Amino acid sequence: MTESGNVLPEVIIQKIEAEAGKYPTRRAAVKSALRYAQAEFGWISEDVVKAVAEVLDLERIEVFEVASFYDMFYTRPVGRFPVRVCTNVSCLLRGADDIMNSLCQRLGVEAGETTADGRFTVFPAECLGACGGAPMMAVGDDYHEDLEAGGLDEILERYQ
Amino acid sequence: MDAQTTVTIVIDGREVEAQPGSMVIEAADAANIYIPRFCYHPKLSIAANCRMCLVEVEKAPKPLPACATPVSEGMIVQTRSATAVDAQQGTMEFLLINHPLDCPVCDQGGECPLQDQAMGYGQDSSRYQEDKRAKAPLDLGPLVATAMTRCIHCTRCVRFGREIAGTMELGATGRGEDMTIETYLDGSVDSEVSGNIIDLCPVGALTSKPYRFTARPWELFSHEGISPHDSLGTNITLQTAHQAVKRVVPRNNEEINECWISDRDRFAYEGAECDDRLTQPMIRRKEGLVQTSWEEALAETAAAMREAAEQDGSQLAALIHPMSSMEESFLLQKIMRGLGSDQIDHRLLQRDFSDDATAPAYPGLEVALSDIESLKGILLVGCNPRKEAPLLALRMRKMAEQGGVVGMLGSHVPELNFSVCASHAVKPADLPSAFGALARGAGVSDSIAAAASGHYGDPQGSELDGLLQVLSQAGGDGIILLGQGALNHPAAGTVRTIAGRLAEQTGMQLGVLSPANSAGAWWAGAVPHRTAEAKPAKTAGANASQMADLTVHTVLLYGLESSIDHSDPVRLEGMLDRAQRVVSFSAFRSAVSDQADIVLPIAPYTEFSGRYLNCNGVVQSANAALAPRGNSRPGWKVLRVLGNFLSLVDFDYDDLEQVGAELSCPPAVSMRSADGSGTVPVPAVDGSDAATAEDLFTLIAERSIYQADPIVRRSNALARTRDGSAEAFCRFHPGDLEAAGLSGVSQVQLVGQHHQATLQVTVDRGVVRGSVLVFVGSSTTAGFGSDSVVSVRPVT
Amino acid sequence: MSDPSEIRVCLPPEDATTPWTLSSYQERGGYQAWAEVLRNQTPREEIIETLKASGLRGRGGAGFPTGLKLSFMPRDAQGQKYIVCNSDESEPGTFKDRDILRFNPHQVIEGMALAGYAIGATVGFNYIRGEYYEPWQRFEAALAEARQAGLLGEDLKGSGIAFELHSQRGAGAYICGEETALLESLEGKKGLPRFKPPFPAQVGAFGKPTTINNTETLASIPPIIRNGAEWFSRIGVENSGGTKIYSVSGHVNRPGNYEVPMGIPFRDLLAMAGGVQDGRTLKAVIPGGSSVPVVPGDVIMECTMDYDGLSQVGSALGAGSVIVMDETTCMVEVLERISFFYFAESCGQCTPCREGTGWLYRMIRRIRTGEGTHEDLDRLKSVADRIEGRTICALGDAAAWPVQSFLKHFRHEFEAMIPRKDAA
Ligand SMILES: Cc1cc2nc3c(=O)[nH]c(=O)nc-3n(C[C@H](O)[C@H](O)[C@H](O)COP(=O)(O)O)c2cc1C
Ligand code: SF4
Ligand code: FES
Repeated sequence: MTESGNVLPEVIIQKIEAEAGKYPTRRAAVKSALRYAQAEFGWISEDVVKAVAEVLDLERIEVFEVASFYDMFYTRPVGRFPVRVCTNVSCLLRGADDIMNSLCQRLGVEAGETTADGRFTVFPAECLGACGGAPMMAVGDDYHEDLEAGGLDEILERYQ
Repeated sequence: MDAQTTVTIVIDGREVEAQPGSMVIEAADAANIYIPRFCYHPKLSIAANCRMCLVEVEKAPKPLPACATPVSEGMIVQTRSATAVDAQQGTMEFLLINHPLDCPVCDQGGECPLQDQAMGYGQDSSRYQEDKRAKAPLDLGPLVATAMTRCIHCTRCVRFGREIAGTMELGATGRGEDMTIETYLDGSVDSEVSGNIIDLCPVGALTSKPYRFTARPWELFSHEGISPHDSLGTNITLQTAHQAVKRVVPRNNEEINECWISDRDRFAYEGAECDDRLTQPMIRRKEGLVQTSWEEALAETAAAMREAAEQDGSQLAALIHPMSSMEESFLLQKIMRGLGSDQIDHRLLQRDFSDDATAPAYPGLEVALSDIESLKGILLVGCNPRKEAPLLALRMRKMAEQGGVVGMLGSHVPELNFSVCASHAVKPADLPSAFGALARGAGVSDSIAAAASGHYGDPQGSELDGLLQVLSQAGGDGIILLGQGALNHPAAGTVRTIAGRLAEQTGMQLGVLSPANSAGAWWAGAVPHRTAEAKPAKTAGANASQMADLTVHTVLLYGLESSIDHSDPVRLEGMLDRAQRVVSFSAFRSAVSDQADIVLPIAPYTEFSGRYLNCNGVVQSANAALAPRGNSRPGWKVLRVLGNFLSLVDFDYDDLEQVGAELSCPPAVSMRSADGSGTVPVPAVDGSDAATAEDLFTLIAERSIYQADPIVRRSNALARTRDGSAEAFCRFHPGDLEAAGLSGVSQVQLVGQHHQATLQVTVDRGVVRGSVLVFVGSSTTAGFGSDSVVSVRPVT
Repeated sequence: MSDPSEIRVCLPPEDATTPWTLSSYQERGGYQAWAEVLRNQTPREEIIETLKASGLRGRGGAGFPTGLKLSFMPRDAQGQKYIVCNSDESEPGTFKDRDILRFNPHQVIEGMALAGYAIGATVGFNYIRGEYYEPWQRFEAALAEARQAGLLGEDLKGSGIAFELHSQRGAGAYICGEETALLESLEGKKGLPRFKPPFPAQVGAFGKPTTINNTETLASIPPIIRNGAEWFSRIGVENSGGTKIYSVSGHVNRPGNYEVPMGIPFRDLLAMAGGVQDGRTLKAVIPGGSSVPVVPGDVIMECTMDYDGLSQVGSALGAGSVIVMDETTCMVEVLERISFFYFAESCGQCTPCREGTGWLYRMIRRIRTGEGTHEDLDRLKSVADRIEGRTICALGDAAAWPVQSFLKHFRHEFEAMIPRKDAA
């Protein structure tokens, strides 16, 4: 299977196989496969697409269709911690703009950019389903709610 | 239609009968009520995404897409009501806001459904004041030109790849407005059937690259043709303008090609239009070949032939390319036989003729093309349907998608566009014994068993198990299909006989995928042992392979490129050297044999009318799309006049119909041997492997799809596809490369007894171990046809 | 400090410390209904009838009667069937399923098991939005506990009944909340909604008959089976049985989830959420998630929060996501933001939605930046009208409704932003 240079480590292939086992088709594991690979490499590179296609017996373009459809897959390199700031209505009403601006200022980037040290990429996000804690943002898998501009530094500190 | 099984619906006040489960749009189409549409296509899955076909359905709260709304009894549909028209206009407005509206410079202009429907359903001024979206250009390779800003996202092209072609080259990536039709990593779109997306694209986003900007649709004249490059008899329309073929598009024929054509059918015309055309007869003088008149060229040809025939009929030999029309084959054999020679053959690549006596009237498939998809199983022997007859592979794909099983046996097990249940690769020399063992495993007794030797002695529990399972799952409702790897095998007679017995035993049908118009050539008598209509010949002259060993006075080469289009070009070369006179009938200057003394310029298939017999026994006529270029002439006319020059009887034809009238319609295809005795010829090669020395590899010689005949060979566009460069590569099993210490080597020199060449290396798991696959359709590789083993050396 | 009018059916009691554990769930009567089914092999029809009688309607937005939906499953069809839980929760303003998964995952499992049993499905999938990492972890942990306890798997408690359940994570696409897009995504494809018919009950996940319900809907099932249809239907009002979790966000003092009886007056709900932020005046409310029509403050103050109450004022209960806006709110800015959302989340297959959502957004942006014209206002309305009802899924409607309703109620705010001709 890895003869053509599959970049996925054996443990990930095993995880993909376990996931594939839950469904009547192997294809159903594609989002999981991409997620595992992204956790390993930081983004969905050409090699990842190729490898996932090979493991799940899909055409590469089919894998790329999926990778390019969903917001949580990065088909370009991003910082180690993607920061997604909700800018949708409920957060907007409670000051999401301030949070976005002050975050960008602190990190010295514009929305969509990656910090020079490669740590963060800041994205404006659609509603992340935590409107009760607006304004909010997600750093990697973690939600941070009831944000105040003054508290951002302390949160960012935790991600090295 | 049976009233019991149909439903009645009312469309625009008219009662229309429809099949239950069918869609409103189908019922409307059947009743000639036009509903606008973009994404709907009867051969593709229903996407219902363009929203152009919205109609008003009584009791439905909102307009419904006619393409996806099933009919139901008593349904009342309005296609032109205020609601329906507003919905259609709304969609049209949305489609146009981001469309460039560059019809005057668009290749689709004049035949664009978007343009037409914008007239019918659009509004005059755009209310859209925002910036229009632009899409980056997309390079899809040599066949398909793109202007993706024009794309209306109907996804027909994507669905074609996924559903019909089985090779998903294009995808729809991204989301929403960013949705983009593209290939992965700018890959090219040039599978053997990709060109169909040009026809499917309803706007000018995907157009034909070779055709681009060469003509406008209203300048084109259409001519009904038959594609002669494989044996399916695909129906095409040749479109001409300014004295040239500009485009070839499919002509619908549900029994044969449905609405598809292969890329070879579509783009081969480029070869016919190339600059390499011969336009004047020529004769060899001291200074070389010089132009002459038809009068003189034919007189000299006739003189040479008569001189030969006066010694003996066997002093004449003729080889004819199987792409020739039935009339060409018929007249050429009639001339030969009129001069007392039975030495004519079209089977240029065949090596074994041992079963000629029992051969059927002409080769073909016992199953109708349109029935392939409903079979339960297919056994492919030495066959790559994708490249030999691409549209047949699409039919097989349908069968496989519906659960039919496919098994493959051969020296090269190629990647197919459908799933294969079991495959087994054997050394070329082992093919008869492996196949024999398979037959025995399936219950064939008697002498077939004798063919099974070596480690194929016991078929049970061996690597043939999977194939046996395919046979049993097909349960008699299937076909055994022999392809080039079997038909051109040195023991093809044995293979064919085994196939016959296996078919008899299992109840399966039988088929051979012979090249081009081979069936027509058989029926017309272009074989040494039979005259027209499969009547026994008087003497049974030498066959195409034996001819290469003869020393004769005069040789006729009709439509072939002698250095390429023969199983053993090295031997053939010798024969031509020994002949006193070589007459070359050719459309192309560079296809003329070096030894030619007389050159007769004949027209390619685009420039003459003729008939073709397909693999299902269907005779079809093609019309000339153009007048022959320069002083070239349709081959059948040249032959007719030659017959007159030779004063042969019965050569006073006034027209093509009179020639055709001499050839009756053939009987239905039957591949069962004529006498049924089924004596198995002993394999012509011994089972042991010739390649024993360490660096020796058994040679597997295949023809690539775009080197099949002198015309495709000259299509620029096809030459630039991935398959077009096949001859530059040789293929090895990865395990062999490793074992031979060649992993990572990009070029090797292959050295055989007769020929050598330096080729690029590719890995192909389908190539049997210990062998190297070479494509022998070009002058650099053709010589390998004369070799059976080669040594391999890395080139640094 | 739970409010007296709160009745927690889907959310666990506020005083439970680790309510997501099996033991905590069982202490509150969890898995009793499932155990009873396993013990008695309750006839499937009985469960469906109970659900029908309870008045439970889908909590995912459309409010379709749940018992009726379950009854659509072809009862005698052989072969695999599936029950699917829609935990994709992505409609702006909605955050209730997240809390159910975080704090009460076992109830979702039990609900899926019961619904699965009722339709003859032996396998279920819970599709959880990709961003919900913690909720997914809690759900996975609960699955492991339930398997361990013999509540999921083959031949459960020797009953011969099997039920296996898996979760699958989304990857960030609002459209996957639409049930058929969810099925496509579950199958490993892009989340493109399917044209219906065929409906999921005929051709659903992996081509098999499937029922899809929202997380809150499924979580409501165990208490109904345990306590009876009448208990549930009595909690709410006519046509809207039971409790509903209202996700209250925006300009209120205490945003959050409030599970209260259906039919609660908006006024009371607002009070529970601490009233309008900083004592300001209420301007408008979007009562069911960003897609439903906006309702002016004075109108909603007289309204009850249930299917009928909200439809009477031209809006909808949707997923019960209440977005509160005070007097300081710029309605053009809010509509611009909402329109951007539907533009960004359109899957792209239908022409009106792919092309129209961007057009709407760009026009509104133009108006907000002072470059609009009066024609734009009519054009906005007509473009919205040409999207509504003409697409495969209801995202097209969701994009149109806010535009239509904002213009209807707040047209003056849009007009105010259009430069006067003489000023130019
Ligand atoms: C664009 C769109 C988004 C949707 N998003 C969700 C969602 O996030 N969660 C949900 O439960 N239902 C969502 N729905 C509704 C579902 O399609 C479906 O009606 C629901 O899951 C059925 O469950 P229920 O009957 O329990 O409400 C959405 C519908 C549309 C059209
Ligand atoms: S309405 Fe929009 S989101 Fe829904 S299917 Fe059509 S394009 Fe996709
Ligand atoms: S043709 Fe019906 S929606 Fe496109």
